[in-house]
Amino acid sequence: MYSEKVMDHFTNPRNVGEIENASGVGTVGNAKCGDIMRIYLDIDENEVIKDCKFKTFGCGAAVATSSMATELVMGKTVREALQVTNKAVMEALDGLPPVKVHCSLLAEEAIHAALWDYAEKNGIVIDGLEKPKSDIHEDEEDEEEY
Amino acid sequence: MQKPIYLDNAATTAVKPEVLEAMMPYFTERFGNPSSVYGFAAQNKSVVTEAREIIAKALGTNTQDIYFTAGGSESDNWAIKATAEAYRDKGNHIITTKIEHHAVLHTCEYLEKQGFEITYVDVDEQGIVKLDEIKKAIRPTTILITVMFANNEIGTIQPIKEIGELAKENNIIFHTDAVQAFGQIDIKVDDYHIDLLSASGHKLNGPKGIGFLYIRKGLKLRSLIHGGAQERKRRAGTENVPGIVGLGKAVEIAMNTMEEKQKKEIALRDRLIKRVLEEVPYVRLNGDRIKRLPNNANFSFQFIEGESLLIMLDMQGICASSGSACTSGSLDPSHVLLAIGLPHEIAHGSLRLTLCESNTEEEIDFVVEKVKEIVEKLRSMSPLYEDFIKKGVF
Repeated sequence: MYSEKVMDHFTNPRNVGEIENASGVGTVGNAKCGDIMRIYLDIDENEVIKDCKFKTFGCGAAVATSSMATELVMGKTVREALQVTNKAVMEALDGLPPVKVHCSLLAEEAIHAALWDYAEKNGIVIDGLEKPKSDIHEDEEDEEEY
Repeated sequence: MQKPIYLDNAATTAVKPEVLEAMMPYFTERFGNPSSVYGFAAQNKSVVTEAREIIAKALGTNTQDIYFTAGGSESDNWAIKATAEAYRDKGNHIITTKIEHHAVLHTCEYLEKQGFEITYVDVDEQGIVKLDEIKKAIRPTTILITVMFANNEIGTIQPIKEIGELAKENNIIFHTDAVQAFGQIDIKVDDYHIDLLSASGHKLNGPKGIGFLYIRKGLKLRSLIHGGAQERKRRAGTENVPGIVGLGKAVEIAMNTMEEKQKKEIALRDRLIKRVLEEVPYVRLNGDRIKRLPNNANFSFQFIEGESLLIMLDMQGICASSGSACTSGSLDPSHVLLAIGLPHEIAHGSLRLTLCESNTEEEIDFVVEKVKEIVEKLRSMSPLYEDFIKKGVF
């Protein structure tokens, strides 16, 4: 089902953890749908991402895309990090099954949410960065009736 | 790689060597069509009858009430659609439950589109159907009640006798999907007032692609497949002789070894449940503690997601299943787990382990150790667990 790279990042995820007093933290997803990602960024005065950690509740693809996303943004400037798309995450993982593409979107969104938090905390505007769409407490849908 | 520890017997089971052995001649040397006249083929008619007798005896009924099908889903579809069609003049209302297999639920949804009215009755938090709700749901136009004998996910055994009595009192046809229960539990159709019963070969160490529908004598169900005279003209098509022979043998073995098998499985199941509940924090058992299939354990581990757990168990050589959305192919977790009142996030973290009598205590202990390790690892990566530890919220 999954590529070797996905399995590698799932079983040996890179950068799992938390950053105390992080420059930015973003949490996206929804427990109801079974995926929540949280990304921590440590950003220096030159707007370079010095460290990045994640925690994820979700399937194998959710963990692997989070892990890959942290690797892809590490060492980049915030503006470069903004260019890390879900497609880039997927390509770096040698692809995902079609039903798991949303995991890569969630990873992109988690990075954006953490960058948004950083921008808000520092009162700066990052061109092209929009307020993250998904939040754990939003998108509460009615239960489907059988 | 080591032989996997197979704990997914509710998905499918291994064909027993004796069953395969019984089937083998009917592929090659005894390939004849049971409908042919010459002796060489006609003897295949008698082996089909023998298998039918074994099943009829297991259910405490007559051979002419047993109809071979290609499996459980076909039997469910036939029973429900044919009853709906045959009794449409009497009424258009069907009662079922929220925890049925999709072969029943989706068939009912299909009938809704054809103008039938379906009541999906609730279950309690143990997954046992609420009898008083069935009673309340009965209308003058109710033609069918269909309730599974035991649930495929959480193993809960339903009050089939009470439902059967209720149906009988009200002159309503009663169907039960016994795909998980038949062969594990002794079912005599008259004791439970069952009119229609679906079962499948591959859930009881028989082959795939064969099952049967029990149809009580006198029911006016239409033919499923029109054609030849097979299955009393109700399901045409040349008999799957090797499959039927295999099913017969599997039922024979299941009935002869039932008590012993139950005892072994219950001991293993209870060891598994006890250890997991005692040794893993923030876990719950889904389904009734007592009224459950001998081989079924179903847990929800808070703060983690089921597919991750399954992949990591697989890497340890353990085959299991989950009701998480990721494994159901939709965004929603299992409808059964939602029906017993689990919040989505807890339903996503479910694990079903269904064992067989050949599993060992050592295997169960190994599985418990691996579950403990993996749950701990996944929780260390979970933002939900982080929030719970820091803020005490979930």
